[in-house]
Amino acid sequence: MFKADMVVKPEDLKATILKLKNEEGYNLLLDVTATDYLAHHEKPENRFALIYILRDKTFQKSITIKTFLPNDKLEIDTISDLYYSANWGERETYDQYGIKFIGHPNLKRVLNHHQFVGHPLRKDYIITQGQICTETESLMDEMTPLMTSKGYSKEDLEEVMYLNIGPSHPASHGTIRNFVALEGETIRGCVTEIGYLHRGFEKSCENHNYNQIIPYTDRLNYCSAILNNIGFSKAVEDMLQIDITDRAKFIRVIIGELSRITDHLVCNAANMVDMGGLTNFWYLFAPRDKAYDLFSKLTGARLTNTYTRIGGLEFDLYDGFAEDLEDVLKDVEQAMEDALSLVAHNKIFQDRTQDVGIITKELAISGGITGPNLRATGIDYDMRKSNPYYYYDTFDFDVVVGSHGDVYDRIMCRFEEMVQSIRIIRQAMKQLPGGPINVDMPSIIMPDKKDVYGNIEGLMNQFKLVMDGVKVPQGEFYGATEAANGELGFYIVSDGSGTPYKVKCRPPSYYALAAYPKIVENTMIADAVITMASMNFIAGEFDR
Amino acid sequence: MGLGVEAVFGDSVVTTKLDKAVNWGRSYSLWPMAFGTACCGIEFMSAAAAKHDISRFGAEVVRFSPRQADLMIVAGTISYKQAPVLKKIYDQMCEPKWVISMGACASSGGFYDNYTTLQGIDEIIPVDEYISGCPPRPEAIFDAIIKIQEKAQSDSIVKDRITDFKGILDV
Repeated sequence: MFKADMVVKPEDLKATILKLKNEEGYNLLLDVTATDYLAHHEKPENRFALIYILRDKTFQKSITIKTFLPNDKLEIDTISDLYYSANWGERETYDQYGIKFIGHPNLKRVLNHHQFVGHPLRKDYIITQGQICTETESLMDEMTPLMTSKGYSKEDLEEVMYLNIGPSHPASHGTIRNFVALEGETIRGCVTEIGYLHRGFEKSCENHNYNQIIPYTDRLNYCSAILNNIGFSKAVEDMLQIDITDRAKFIRVIIGELSRITDHLVCNAANMVDMGGLTNFWYLFAPRDKAYDLFSKLTGARLTNTYTRIGGLEFDLYDGFAEDLEDVLKDVEQAMEDALSLVAHNKIFQDRTQDVGIITKELAISGGITGPNLRATGIDYDMRKSNPYYYYDTFDFDVVVGSHGDVYDRIMCRFEEMVQSIRIIRQAMKQLPGGPINVDMPSIIMPDKKDVYGNIEGLMNQFKLVMDGVKVPQGEFYGATEAANGELGFYIVSDGSGTPYKVKCRPPSYYALAAYPKIVENTMIADAVITMASMNFIAGEFDR
Repeated sequence: MGLGVEAVFGDSVVTTKLDKAVNWGRSYSLWPMAFGTACCGIEFMSAAAAKHDISRFGAEVVRFSPRQADLMIVAGTISYKQAPVLKKIYDQMCEPKWVISMGACASSGGFYDNYTTLQGIDEIIPVDEYISGCPPRPEAIFDAIIKIQEKAQSDSIVKDRITDFKGILDV
């Protein structure tokens, strides 16, 4: 049975984490969340438990630390002074579960709106109980203390201009609201508000069985839906301790990497639109559309593919897939060449992006930033190399790193990662093994339709799987994969039934966005816009 | 004019109804305000990009300022937190204005039947066309645009189109 790696008393928690950080190098806080055991059949004495997930400096080990809170005292010391990422992690836990973090600098809701009453992820909150929001909050309650802490007096603040960038703004590529304090065009203070696309992913998970959740994962990072499918399915399969077939692994690698390419294409294309380079958008979107046609042929959907199943895949590759794929890859290569020929040696582009929107290594680690945004700072953390899965260790590819952590590095890292993904896909296609795509386990995989209609065992099997779903053994587990934006983790608590007791997604762009106000401080508005685009914030992912 | 029509018509006068002439202009130069929040927003980008090319329908001038647009395309899930923003932007658009609700979420909440998601934008603002799909294909967006073009043909230039709508945020 999978359990948390450490269970500590609440009063020892901070000291334990501090020790792990200082002595064992656990300097990346991946996620903070809680579990409400109110409806659990074991009925533990304490209703709420907090879970902290950390990763060490080699990036190979992760650890989950759990602590049960006394029922009459739902509070604990904040660790936001140890990790920058804890700031939003704890805010979300407060918002969703109502657990207070003592000493937190800004403990207020982050996903739900300010008029919301109650805490939706508590088990006694009814899922359909919506609450109307009549007006958007002013955010001055955050802005004034922020500016005061920077030494602005009351009179100074009257000279400052406040501006909302978002939530409906073309530069936000979604639904981010940045409330900025300006002196001229320079941002002196920035408050980021999210939650405008909060769609209750985690609560929905608690009401659906494992295979039904896969469509919800599509809509996390909708630019690379299949990578989310893979991340979630892999976490569940690891809990079930099943090994999917080699063919399924290879297909997941191929289609996953193709998704990574489409994700990076969208990010870079949109980023260059924000810089005024519309031609790049046309160049880069054309092969993307071709890739969507391929997805459409393979999975039935262009964008939200729902391609994996627990234990395998929905469909095998179709006849002629290899040619179609090669066609797409060639187009991607051509488009990248075209786009880069416009920008790579373009002085305007370089001046516009170099040394702009710099993320330092320290902030990246402290803020829990992963993926291309982290690699652009020069840290070579890529789960495909450090914690290889699906034979990634047998493919010949490079981890792309930058040197400055600026917008230029992030764009170029994404371009180069597409090149590496193409390399991986070509190698995987060469080695693609035959055989089945699904594990041979009737308790997990739906029977063939001819069995369902032909014999009673098949019919019963289908019935059980539809009614109960795949039953996952009791326990709790954190599984992660390298998605397009970084480490995409799923922390799953199972009570042994076909419906997860709790699912927490660790969305890479949530933590990247939490660090964003720090990154854009003292930069120009126009730079903040391209910084935002270069970090690829996907609303479906950070808001869930 | 240089089209050669003056040679055919000479000094003669062409008469038409003002409604007809204005509607003709309006329907084939709809300026969309893309209220893209989620996955549908990405598909709207596909519709605008080279392959599907929304400009074939005269609607390529995507404005992000509501005051310059007359066709609102709500592409994506609208949460209760987003709802007042959507209403504010709709109110800022000048008459005449049309609304397309793109995709399952905007039309009905989709499969997000939960505490945070508005169960259809028609609880907030009036909608002219609904597009099914999650997300809809670009072709479906064009279908809705063509429907709006047809609707716009029979409008009056002096009367507001919708006057009796009352949503949950209207007090």
